[in-house]
Amino acid sequence: MQLWLIPIFPLLGAVLNGLTGRRSSQGIQSAIAVGSVLLSFLWVLKVLSGAMPLETEIRESYFTWISSGTFQLSVDLVIDRLSAVMLLVVTGIGTLIHIYATSYMSHEGGYYRFFTYLNLFMFFMLVLVMSGNFLLLFVGWEGVGLCSYLLIGFYFLKQSATDAGKKAFIVNRIGDFGVMVAMLLLINTFGSLDFQTIAAKAKDMPVELAIGTLTTICLLLLLGAAGKSAQIPLYTWLPDAMEGPTPVSALIHAATMVTAGVYLCCRASALFEHAPIAKDTIAYIGLATAFFAATVGLVQNDIKKVYAYSTISQLGFMFLAVGSGAYAAAVFHLVTHAFFKALLFLGSGSVIHALDGEQDMRQMGGLRGKLPITFFTLLMGALAIAGFPFFSGWYSKEAILASVYAHSPWMFWVAVLTAMMTAFYVFRTIFLTFFGEYKGHAHPHESPAIMWGPLAALAVLSVVGGFVFNVPHFLENVLPAHAHGHDMSLEIIGSIAGLVGIGFSYFFYIVSPGLGDAFASSFSGLYNLVYNKYFVDEAYDAAIVHPIERTSRHFLWRVFDQGVIDEGMVHGAASGAMGLGSLFRLLQGGIVRNYAAWIVLGAVSIFSAFALLGGAR
Amino acid sequence: MNILAILLILPLLGFVAALVLPASVTKRFVLWFSLLIFGVSLLLIGTVQMRPAAMSWVTDTAWIDTPAIRFHIGLDATSLWLVILTTFLIPVAAYISQRTILHRPKEFFAYLLLLEFGLIGVFSSLDLFLYYVFWEVVLVPMYFLIGVWGGPNRIYAATKFFVYTMAGSMLMLVAILFIYTKAGTFDLPAILLQMEMGKIGFSQSEELALFLAFFLAFAVKVPIFPLHTWLPDAYAEAPTGATLLMAAVLSKMGTYSLLRFNLNLFPRASHDCAPWIVTLAIIGIVYGALIALVQPNMKRLVAYSSISHLGFVVLGIFSGNQFGLDGAVYQMLCHAISTGALFILIGYLEERNKSLEIVDFGGIATPAPNFAAVFLVATLASIGLPLLNNFVGEFLILQGAAQANIWWAAFAALGVVLSACYMLWFYQRTFFGEAKVQMADLAPREWITITPLLVLMLWMGIFTQTWLPGISASNKVLLDRTMSKTVAMEVTK
Repeated sequence: MQLWLIPIFPLLGAVLNGLTGRRSSQGIQSAIAVGSVLLSFLWVLKVLSGAMPLETEIRESYFTWISSGTFQLSVDLVIDRLSAVMLLVVTGIGTLIHIYATSYMSHEGGYYRFFTYLNLFMFFMLVLVMSGNFLLLFVGWEGVGLCSYLLIGFYFLKQSATDAGKKAFIVNRIGDFGVMVAMLLLINTFGSLDFQTIAAKAKDMPVELAIGTLTTICLLLLLGAAGKSAQIPLYTWLPDAMEGPTPVSALIHAATMVTAGVYLCCRASALFEHAPIAKDTIAYIGLATAFFAATVGLVQNDIKKVYAYSTISQLGFMFLAVGSGAYAAAVFHLVTHAFFKALLFLGSGSVIHALDGEQDMRQMGGLRGKLPITFFTLLMGALAIAGFPFFSGWYSKEAILASVYAHSPWMFWVAVLTAMMTAFYVFRTIFLTFFGEYKGHAHPHESPAIMWGPLAALAVLSVVGGFVFNVPHFLENVLPAHAHGHDMSLEIIGSIAGLVGIGFSYFFYIVSPGLGDAFASSFSGLYNLVYNKYFVDEAYDAAIVHPIERTSRHFLWRVFDQGVIDEGMVHGAASGAMGLGSLFRLLQGGIVRNYAAWIVLGAVSIFSAFALLGGAR
Repeated sequence: MNILAILLILPLLGFVAALVLPASVTKRFVLWFSLLIFGVSLLLIGTVQMRPAAMSWVTDTAWIDTPAIRFHIGLDATSLWLVILTTFLIPVAAYISQRTILHRPKEFFAYLLLLEFGLIGVFSSLDLFLYYVFWEVVLVPMYFLIGVWGGPNRIYAATKFFVYTMAGSMLMLVAILFIYTKAGTFDLPAILLQMEMGKIGFSQSEELALFLAFFLAFAVKVPIFPLHTWLPDAYAEAPTGATLLMAAVLSKMGTYSLLRFNLNLFPRASHDCAPWIVTLAIIGIVYGALIALVQPNMKRLVAYSSISHLGFVVLGIFSGNQFGLDGAVYQMLCHAISTGALFILIGYLEERNKSLEIVDFGGIATPAPNFAAVFLVATLASIGLPLLNNFVGEFLILQGAAQANIWWAAFAALGVVLSACYMLWFYQRTFFGEAKVQMADLAPREWITITPLLVLMLWMGIFTQTWLPGISASNKVLLDRTMSKTVAMEVTK
């Protein structure tokens, strides 16, 4: 089936644009960039249409990548139902965002550089989702991290952008440490990194053996997943990542790359099923992240920051689903989230574009009439994420809530509260942006068709995506599932939570607009805590970053390396040798009288030594 | 004719020729001659790859009758690639020095060939005494390369380098002589054969003492923490060409010798000392990385990062299993390419801006985008991004460590996290932001040098099968021999 063509197209696009971009026109560059991703999308469709219903996986093995002794690791690309879903999302939404970006980025310097990175990202992302083993997945995993680094720091003249890129890479590296060590343990335990082999062997493992090792492996994988999918405690890079151009936020930091952690957990579901402690940990982390990120989202004023915290929160939902054993629901939410969050970001991009780069919602307002298409599509996205009945987000959120309830009722209630906050803050962005009076000074204008086209497509998907694509059903036999009944009352509670959130938002920002500020000032302590994101960044800096740097600089380098080792030991040894040498030099000064004196002195001391020790008996 | 023997003689002939030829042509002559040597060295590959486990291209004749010192050289896959690494990087060093070495160029370029002679000798000797001679031969040209053509503090750095290495290797000479008194020969295969047949044996304390005597010499050369403080001075003061060779090739003399001599000759002591040495290696990995983080000088930064990377190699060697050894050998080659590339690029920066301090740079990506892109690739290789070379070596080493003790691997893997911190911070301060300095982008002559290295980074990161099977087979021979030794000893215990 020539599966390798799928990732190779974008790679070729990246290489072409990277090498010729400086000399070619923007038209050619965008044709290469969009064309390569589109080709890969079409090839996915062709492969899938030929392979449906895809009961067994398609596997193609190309060449041995790494070997040592009898250990062999080959480059295997695999399509099963899980990767099929991911492939459609990545290439489909990827194509839309590439199209959008050709217009959004057209006034920016470094146009070809942008698309080189973006195509390169597609290549690594496709390798990630098509890989047949952990190590090749890790190639994609690190690769998308690299592209994320490059794209966040795309405006590399800005210190804040390059800081954010570096932070993203390093925080992800901490997570990758977990994946790396997990892979080492996997080879130790199973002698392989192949997904299928490991899943088969894990099933047959005796429980007492399995618990300790598998739990460790799963917790380490979770560390990696938390890094990539911006979960507690490694989520801090994602809000900063909004320094990147908006299409990047939509593609990488909402729809695709950040969901890789969820994908990894699903890929390793055979392991997680044998590691209940790790699974519980996922659920707790997911729930805590979903809740706390939503609270921060309530009070942010930068529209992209709100959506960034919303992404973290929604990813938390997916983790919660994984932790509850509802892998298929997690993937379902991953898909619908890709639709509506890409839409929200692209829509906010359209607004930002119209306002000459303004991102502060306090400088917006009343844009409904000026940007009607953007408004309408964004509204669809907002309804979808708020879980308005029969919109895409509603289906996936209900699926998650049902399984969470079966797993643990109190978690369900926290999740419902979070869903309410989600509806609240998303509609807050809609109300602040599009309703009321325009407070800024730019001359807003609707975006061109090449930008609103993708918005419209995503809006359609956000509305009908949940109904049309029954992802949980499609994945039934691929991922472990825990049967539980269909409970109408849970669906009603979930739906009401969303509606109440929208209602509150309407009340706060349309009916009595001063109310929000009044709340903020009467609870200023709490407000400041939340507004400043619970000071987690500051705490990390104070507890980890600065101590490491200061210790390295002032102690390890200056005192220990230069002082103790070099000055003390090395120079000490040298001057010791010199000292000893100059001492012995006195013995051979070349003056005969001195030699005679030494001889006498030596003889006397030898004889006295003999005498003291009792003489020669 | 034995190509290896010819290959060994060629640089020596070239050295003599370079001294005799008129000064005006020396630098050109050395460049082309070293390229010729590189071409000759490529002829070695086929035979070794066919039977990587055995020694190929063996020359074994008497050199001195009493004491019985033999001229015994040969290659297995491991030594083959180190020899080719040498022959590849000597012309690179000669080429990048063409325009920068203006003071006494004749001697500089002649010394490069003398250095090559010593290095090929070290990597191919199979006689302990012969090996020791080559080991010391390497020291002389490098001493002068640093001391004559180095930076402002060159005399101090050169002396430190020379005395430190010399002091380390004195005990090794004693140990070699001791082995001779026991075995009656300096010939390594002969000694190993006698050991296998049980004709000679060392008591436990003898073996430990001999092991440590060899180890000290190699630990200084690598260097292993805490014997590393000569390195930042030497790397920083040496001219770019010499820094390149020290970082890429000379450090491998230490790691290669640990593998070839310590593991082979003293399997029991290697096994017993492994936890201690691994501890030092891991300290070196983390410690080197932490100090690299705060270096204000680019060359010193990469120098400390080198200490960190070489810690990985030592970790692999003393993991004592197939993964570890394969990874260690592979990482020797990979580290040479990626760190070599970094030093070359830093040399180009120094040429442009007459400074090595990071604060004197900034925003280079704007005036020199190609330079920035190339430097980024080298940076990414250095921090172990998959599909680039270092990842393969580090992964295999970590796997080897994990099989010995998972905590070793976990602590060592911290070095991978830290490498991203110091390299990306360095990259950000140098290349991003508003342009502080105007500088030219990569010139064609610079592309010529750096392109092969970039290609190798990708090739070694993706198509590892060019190297790994042969290296694996060579290591298996070593493992089989030492394993049977240590297992037998476990049984007798």
